[in-house]
Amino acid sequence: MKKAELPQDPGSLNKYTKEVCYVVDETGNYTTGLSSGWDIKISALDVTWSDIDNKTSDAMQKVKSGEVSPLFYYMQLRVMDLEIMAAYTGFWQWQIKRHFKPSVFKNLSDKKLQKYASLFEISLEELKSFNQ
Amino acid sequence: MKIDFKHVQSAHCENGVTTNLLRHNGLVQMTEPLAFGIGSGIFYIYIPFLKINGGPAIAFRSMPGKIFKQTCNSLGIDIIRKTFSSKEKAGQFLDDCLKADQPAGCQVGVYYLPYFPKEYRFHFNAHNLVVFGKEDGKYLISDPVMETPTDLTEYELERVRFAKGPLAPKGQIYFPKEKKTVSAEQLKIAIQKGIKGSVRDMLYIPGNIAGVKGIKYTGQKIKKWRDKLGVHKAGLYLAQLVRMQEEIGTGGGGFRFIYGAFLQQAHQYVLNDELLEISQKFTTSGDMWRNAAIQAAAIYRGRATEQADFNNMGDRLFEISELEKAAFKDLSKIKWQ
Repeated sequence: MKKAELPQDPGSLNKYTKEVCYVVDETGNYTTGLSSGWDIKISALDVTWSDIDNKTSDAMQKVKSGEVSPLFYYMQLRVMDLEIMAAYTGFWQWQIKRHFKPSVFKNLSDKKLQKYASLFEISLEELKSFNQ
Repeated sequence: MKIDFKHVQSAHCENGVTTNLLRHNGLVQMTEPLAFGIGSGIFYIYIPFLKINGGPAIAFRSMPGKIFKQTCNSLGIDIIRKTFSSKEKAGQFLDDCLKADQPAGCQVGVYYLPYFPKEYRFHFNAHNLVVFGKEDGKYLISDPVMETPTDLTEYELERVRFAKGPLAPKGQIYFPKEKKTVSAEQLKIAIQKGIKGSVRDMLYIPGNIAGVKGIKYTGQKIKKWRDKLGVHKAGLYLAQLVRMQEEIGTGGGGFRFIYGAFLQQAHQYVLNDELLEISQKFTTSGDMWRNAAIQAAAIYRGRATEQADFNNMGDRLFEISELEKAAFKDLSKIKWQ
């Protein structure tokens, strides 16, 4: 990539920092340049987030219709998966899957729920009263 | 307490931490491209049975930690590297380093990094930064991908050092053991070693999912994605490929431009003009990766969604695979005086 062609398309990173890119100058020598972004990769991130947002609102619908517990919604919201949830809470993945069942979820002890609440950075009450 | 540490922004976090730490410890010749090349950072792998955030697991660089380790190793620099099971001990060890005037490289997760934009905060645990002081209860942070140094509270730093999940850092801390200078001759030998390692990784790694064969394999897979996954999901997969290739940290073109810069800089130590010619091949490869990204974007933006468009994308990766194969073959034939 030539230095003069380094794209400067502002994306979400732009407010925080410019990024270093390696480019070739007029004499063919490598140098670095600062870029505020490239629309091609900005749209790659955009479609990724719109997919995450869709999955999160799907999860919300499933919680409302009583298919899954709020834990499933928060997993999507926090861009987690079973492996990450298990690593943070100390539960096994199969336990977490069970906790996704509304019937199991409503009987969970405060102690267990607190682990999830801390992970999702919400209060115990918020988690318990989510679907009421 | 603030160590006189020079923050130099880099494209990639581990390159930057390696370069800045080594320069701090006396190795003034070190640059980001040299660290990347000596550390055999260039790579390609597509792991079909692994998913990252629901998308394909693709990497354009070697395993996290390798660049620092191999660069120091090849230059005969001993390193300290520690992980911790206790957060208190990890904090204590860091404070002791700072008291001893030693800036410390830390592996961290990005999800809880407050100075990253929300859109970039995935559960990715192999980010690297340097802690170079502590003032008013805040740690002074040199994150090499950021333009300027920043800071983190004790809680914030502890949290990212003990992020959980794949590649969990476990409080990992690392730095060169002693101040050291190296000769041009040592650098030359380290450059050769780095190049040989990359030739091995890219040409001779067994199986078909890694190295130049892995690029071709990905091209074959992409041609089948439309039928197998549907246009929408195939588009998301391609977006993931583009992010791994172009996002902050890569220097553009899936690290190929940094490697081109490395070969140019290597020429200062190894006077062989072939290095300059091969450098141009990596520039071409990086440009071809970026053109492929434009084609991928046409697909995930929904502007080109026919099978022919996926074939076009796959063919581009075939071409890149051939070009990189030729470039690494050229590197393998270089006569080291």
